Amino acid sequence: MSVLVYTENWDGKFKKLSYELVSYAHAIAGMLNTETVAVSIGDVSDTELTALGKYGASRVLSVRDARLNQLVNQAYASVLYQAAVRENAQVVVMANNFTGKAIAPRLAVKLKAGVGAGIAGLPVTVEPFAIHKKAFNGKAFATIVIKTPVRILTLLQNSFGLKENGGVAAVEAFIPDLTDHDFKTSVEEVSKVTGKILLTDAEVVVSGGRGMKGPENWAPIEELARELGAATACSRPVSDEGWRPHEEHTGQTGKIIAPNLYMAFGISGAIQHLAGVSSSKCIVAVNKDPDAPIFEAADYGIVGDAMKVLPEMIAAVKEMKGE
Amino acid sequence: MKILICMSNVPDTTTKIRFKDGNTALDTTGVQWIINPWDELALTRALQLKEEPGSGVEKVTVITVGLADAEPTIRKALAIGADDAIRINSQATDAYDVARQIAEAVNNEGYDLILCGIESSDYNNSMVGGMISEFLDIPSVSSVSSVTVDSGRFKIKREIDGGKETLSVTAPFLAVVQKGIALEPRIPSMRGIMMARTKPLKVIEPVTSEVLVEHIRYELPPSKAKCRMVAEDNVRELVQLLHTEAKVI
Repeated sequence: MSVLVYTENWDGKFKKLSYELVSYAHAIAGMLNTETVAVSIGDVSDTELTALGKYGASRVLSVRDARLNQLVNQAYASVLYQAAVRENAQVVVMANNFTGKAIAPRLAVKLKAGVGAGIAGLPVTVEPFAIHKKAFNGKAFATIVIKTPVRILTLLQNSFGLKENGGVAAVEAFIPDLTDHDFKTSVEEVSKVTGKILLTDAEVVVSGGRGMKGPENWAPIEELARELGAATACSRPVSDEGWRPHEEHTGQTGKIIAPNLYMAFGISGAIQHLAGVSSSKCIVAVNKDPDAPIFEAADYGIVGDAMKVLPEMIAAVKEMKGE
Repeated sequence: MKILICMSNVPDTTTKIRFKDGNTALDTTGVQWIINPWDELALTRALQLKEEPGSGVEKVTVITVGLADAEPTIRKALAIGADDAIRINSQATDAYDVARQIAEAVNNEGYDLILCGIESSDYNNSMVGGMISEFLDIPSVSSVSSVTVDSGRFKIKREIDGGKETLSVTAPFLAVVQKGIALEPRIPSMRGIMMARTKPLKVIEPVTSEVLVEHIRYELPPSKAKCRMVAEDNVRELVQLLHTEAKVI
C-alpha cells in the first residue's frame, strides 16, 4: 500500500509546488497509515531526488527516458499507471496544473479511480474517502465521497504549504514499459517563459483592468509585481483589446487562480472576473467607483485612481522592504 | 472530416447558487442554463475551421449528456451553427460516467477531432475530455489555445506550466481547449435560430451508469467580512496592513 505522488520538475529542478505535493501526500499517507512514494519523470539529479525525503517521501521512483522529455499525455499516464499498480497505491496525488489536468483523467480511466479535482485540504475522513472541493466557480463548496479503492487527487497550488519531516528518500530507477502507441503527439516547437513568475505559480498577483486606460500604462503594474515577487494578470477586456496577452486573463474562460494576495487595479469586478479570483486568500481592490462590485469581494479597498495609487504603493512597498 | 464538440449544460454565470433537500442538490428553480463557456469557444472554433476553404471539415456535431431539459441549450448550439446534435438521455453525474457515456456513443463513429472545454463552470473538474480520450484510446492534447489544420495534419498550440508548445498531431485525437482557441463565442443569427428547429437531434439511451464520485453535501462559502476601506492618500497604511495584519506581503 502507498500514497503515490507525481513530482514534476522544471529543467531538472523541483520547485515549491513539488515539495508541497509531497507534504500533502505524506499527510494523507499518515491518515492511511502507509508510506509516501514519489514518481519523478526526467533527468533529475539524485541530490534533488533524495531531498524529497525531507517532506516525507520514503522512496522515489525515477524514470529517465528521452521520449518523455516533453509532456505526452498518454505516455505519462501510462508511466503513472504502472507505478501505481507496482506500489499498490490507494491514493495518487498530483498538481491541479496543466500537467495534472492532462494526466489525471487518463490515469483515472486506467485505474478506474474516482478523482477529486482542485482539492485544497486533507480528506475529512478516509473511510469513506470524503473530501471538500469547490464548485460553481467558488460560489459553493461540495463534500464528495470517492467510492473507488484507488483515488486521484489534484491539489491546488499554495493551498497546503510545506511540512518538513526530515527524512531522506531512497532513489530507485523505474523503467516502465512504453510502446510507440503511447507517443502519438510530437512537439515541434517550445517557447519557455523565463525570468518571469508564472501566474499559476504566484503567491501574489498584481492585476490591471480597463481602468488602466491603455497598454502604455502597465509599467507601474509590472514594477509593483517585481517589487512583490508577483505575477501580472489582467481582466478580460484588457486581453480582448490586446493590451496584454491572453495568458494573463483571469476569470471565467481565462485562468482560475487562488494566490495568497490578489491586487486588482482598475477592475470593476464583474461576476465572470470574480469567478477566476474569488478563491484568493486576500483581495485588494483599487477602483474609482465606490459602488464597483470588486469591493464586495475585496478584503481591503481604496476608492481612487489606480494610476495615482500605484506609484505610491510601489514607494510604500520599497519602504517596507527597506525596514 | 468530422468534428465532435462535447458540451455541458451549466447554470448561467450570474446565477445565484442555492441548494435544496438538506443541501444535497442544486436548487434549479429559476436557473438559466447556458452552454458551458469553454465549450462554446470550442464550437466557435470548429465552425471557423469548417468555413475555411480546404480545411476538409464537413460536419460539426455537438453531444451532451442530459435529460430533455437540456434541449434548449442544444438547440442554441445548433442555432450557432452545429450541423446536428446527440443527446444521451441520462442525468449527468460524475466525470467518469459522463465521459464513458460519450465514449460509448461515439466509438466507431469516425470523428477525426473531438473538442472539449477545459472545464465546466459547475463542477470545475477538468476531467471529462481526458477521460473520453482514454476510453477511446486516442491521443489527447490539453490546455490548447490554437487549432489549425493543413491537409489533414493538425497544428496545435498548447500552454504548459512555464511556456507554450506547438505540436503536430494526426487525427483522430481529442483536444481540451481553453481561451485563445476563439476569443468571442459566436452568437446565433435569426436564420440560425430558424434552421436549428429542424436540424437533427438524435436522442440515445445511456449504457448502465457507473458513478465513482458522489457529491453528498453542498455548503455556501462563509459570508465575507466587509471590505476594509483605506483612504486614497494613505497607501502606506494599506501596505502596512497587508504586511502586519493580513500577512500576505
